Amino acid sequence: MNRRTFFRRISTVGGIAGAATYLAAAPENWPLSLRDKSGLRSVPQHTPFSLRDYRVEKPFGKPDVGIGRQGTPQEKLMAALDAIGGIKHYVQPGDIVLLKPNVAFDRAPNLGATSNPELVELIIKMLLVDCRAQEVRVADNPIESPADCFEKSKVRFATEKGGGRVYLPDSNAFKMLNTPGAELIEHWWFFQRPFTNVDKVIGLAPVKDHNLCHASMGIKNWYGLLGGTRNQFHQDIHGIVSDLSIMIRPTMTILDGTHILMQNGPTGGDPSNVKPGHTVIASVDPVASDAWAFEHLLERGRDYPQYLFKAEEKGSGSINWDGRIRIV
Amino acid sequence: MQRLTAYLKGFNTRKALRLTNARILSQIFFFAVFIFSIWATWTSRLGGYPVSRILEMDPLVMIATMLSTGYVYRYLGWGILIIGVTLLFGRVFCNWICPYGTLHQFVGWLFNIGNAKSRIDENRYRGIYFLKYGILTVFLLMASMGALQIGLLDPICLMYRTFATVVTPATDMVIDQASLTANGMALDTVWLDNMKFKPGVNSRVFVGSFWIGLVIVGLVGMNIIIPRFFCRVLCPLGALLGVFSRFSLFRINRDVHKCTDCNLCLSRCEGAADPQGKLRLSECFSCMNCIDDCPEDALSFSMVKLDTKQVVPGPDMSRRRLVFAGILGLLAYPFIKNHGVNTNENFSPKLMRPPGSVEENAFLSKCIKCDQCINACPTNVLQPATYQEAGLEGLWTPVMNFKIGHCQLKCTLCSEVCPTGAIRKITVEEKLGKGTYTEEGPIRLGTAFFDVGRCLPHAMEIPCVVCEEVCPTSPKAIQTKDEEAKDVYGNIVVLNKPFMVPDLCIGCGICENECPVKDQRAVYVTAVGESRSDERKLLLKSRGEVA
Repeated sequence: MNRRTFFRRISTVGGIAGAATYLAAAPENWPLSLRDKSGLRSVPQHTPFSLRDYRVEKPFGKPDVGIGRQGTPQEKLMAALDAIGGIKHYVQPGDIVLLKPNVAFDRAPNLGATSNPELVELIIKMLLVDCRAQEVRVADNPIESPADCFEKSKVRFATEKGGGRVYLPDSNAFKMLNTPGAELIEHWWFFQRPFTNVDKVIGLAPVKDHNLCHASMGIKNWYGLLGGTRNQFHQDIHGIVSDLSIMIRPTMTILDGTHILMQNGPTGGDPSNVKPGHTVIASVDPVASDAWAFEHLLERGRDYPQYLFKAEEKGSGSINWDGRIRIV
Repeated sequence: MQRLTAYLKGFNTRKALRLTNARILSQIFFFAVFIFSIWATWTSRLGGYPVSRILEMDPLVMIATMLSTGYVYRYLGWGILIIGVTLLFGRVFCNWICPYGTLHQFVGWLFNIGNAKSRIDENRYRGIYFLKYGILTVFLLMASMGALQIGLLDPICLMYRTFATVVTPATDMVIDQASLTANGMALDTVWLDNMKFKPGVNSRVFVGSFWIGLVIVGLVGMNIIIPRFFCRVLCPLGALLGVFSRFSLFRINRDVHKCTDCNLCLSRCEGAADPQGKLRLSECFSCMNCIDDCPEDALSFSMVKLDTKQVVPGPDMSRRRLVFAGILGLLAYPFIKNHGVNTNENFSPKLMRPPGSVEENAFLSKCIKCDQCINACPTNVLQPATYQEAGLEGLWTPVMNFKIGHCQLKCTLCSEVCPTGAIRKITVEEKLGKGTYTEEGPIRLGTAFFDVGRCLPHAMEIPCVVCEEVCPTSPKAIQTKDEEAKDVYGNIVVLNKPFMVPDLCIGCGICENECPVKDQRAVYVTAVGESRSDERKLLLKSRGEVA
């Protein structure tokens, strides 16, 4: 071995050893340092994302809640939407729209546990044809097997017939959402995937009985976007439902009052639990529309569920619907 | 261009149409059909397609279940087709159809690269190859007494089981990762997600599937030591077809006048059937490789009469060996039955069978552990049973694990795909006890119980009742008593304390699945009260309408 080789070898080994020592031992805040003194650096961090506000200012002088009670479901829907200024005011050509029905259970549409597929199809067609939306996505994270829930509730068929696309909750569909001001879900897993590049969000919720929180309507519908161990939230159901009202600020909420699940909710299971409601509601104030539906569709008077008061406190709308509705 | 013309010039139609090429096409076709069957066994894809047909065509399944039950269930008569093919052409099933055989041959082709001499030596017949006939004897004797264990080694069952519990979740995991990466690069991958074996659900897990995976890796890996180890040494279906193949019309025929005893026919002989000497008819897979490899054109696949000077017709199973295997089979039955893990007195509370399952003893005489039900199950509740739940006899048969999933009210997919009727084909009407089944009532899988010491409203004065909310029966089998209480912090809380109405409970397990006390659920379902068994019932009668 000559001197030249000796130095070359020594410097190579020294260089590698030096670089390795730097990576392993340099203080954590130095560039490229891999040191993890506390063991916390290697704990996976989920950088939370934020949802934007999807609300649109309603046209001047229009009510907050439009209620259609005449004619076919299509006529009711049109009437309700026209009352709050027409859907074209809310959805612009080229928008990507997310429609969130309630498909929580593997039930036939007539059992009232899921959103009416007829309305799903009508709304999608309206969005694509009248508003010239670029794309309509339909998404929910059901309690039972997603594929079956969408199948048996006929929502998948209705979506595809209308020209929309169903997003199912794959294991990689969830991301950590930051909801500032929320009591329980300041950071929580959220069904994010269908929200990529979305411009407008519309909720389509059935009106249902619910033992624990008394009623599942427009605000409770957003529960279906939560992931993680969401069954813990029943320990503070009113807290979570009011949190949902600030987690997402939808463009509008449509309440499906065609089949109303009066008892044995939210699962239903027997046609005798369902009452025809002959109503479709479109609303830009989800608190007011829930309050009205609780009173007039579920027929439970003004003893509103506590979560509506909490949602009002959190600034999601106001319960007092007097003078802010139009019934057509 | 030059290359192409050269290729076209060299193209020899006779060479391209040779039997081995036809065989490869057939193998590709049937392997694709197998993968497609697995892929199509999913709630959004099943539309009455015969996704279990490859299992139903398996003659060992037909014969063994006929011995164990006395009857041939639904489509199992299809097995006659394969027997018929064997009677015409010998064991072509093994090397032209069987997806497991294809997998073994493919792996051998990839990894067994030796020189001609070592390959010739590897493919000579060995004494140990008789073992499969012993295994077949033991399995068939056990089956005739009512203990069906063929599924452990039947290649089709083994293949379905492995794909259901090991391969499909692994594949979907890879696709999930790829899709996530692509999403990071702003690519739309919805089409890719829809291609998954099980689209639109969380990653599926299968309890104990590691061992199922290890079995297939071990068996396929053995190809490196002995080519086609499984097919030559263990396969009971191959053994069964080997018994039939002695009557086949066609066979490999060696023209002794042309043969120069060069032994090159052994270099790719899949079955180790001694084509260079006295052909062992029951070992020959009819792979046709020897015809290709013969430099003298001395071998052909032709209709020639059985000549015992040229051919060893039957299996290498002497009378002593047969008697020995018979004794083992006779012993195996009482050994496995008296093991005592799965009797009507000492059955596991976790032994809950899918809806439509027949009574446990009959179930064990029908279930071939193919796990097609597990493959079809949309909620992942069906799991391959471990020793703990079903004993040795019921290993890898389907059980419900409600910590992982629940039995969906209006789903009967497992009963639709079951090839043997261990899960009898039922309708939703029958499952729910509606319509013509009102008198029988719903199918009950077990009964739910509360562990009030762990239940949040009962033990800790914290509101919860997810169980009541999700209970799918109408009226609900879990109901609540409302109670106002003052908790330890002085807050007044309204507790909806849940309780069970066993008459209404169908044992679907959604309450257990959704219970937030996650490690050991505060509400849980056990097998007692299942409607398929008179011996495991709980209630004398239903107490009537709920007020």
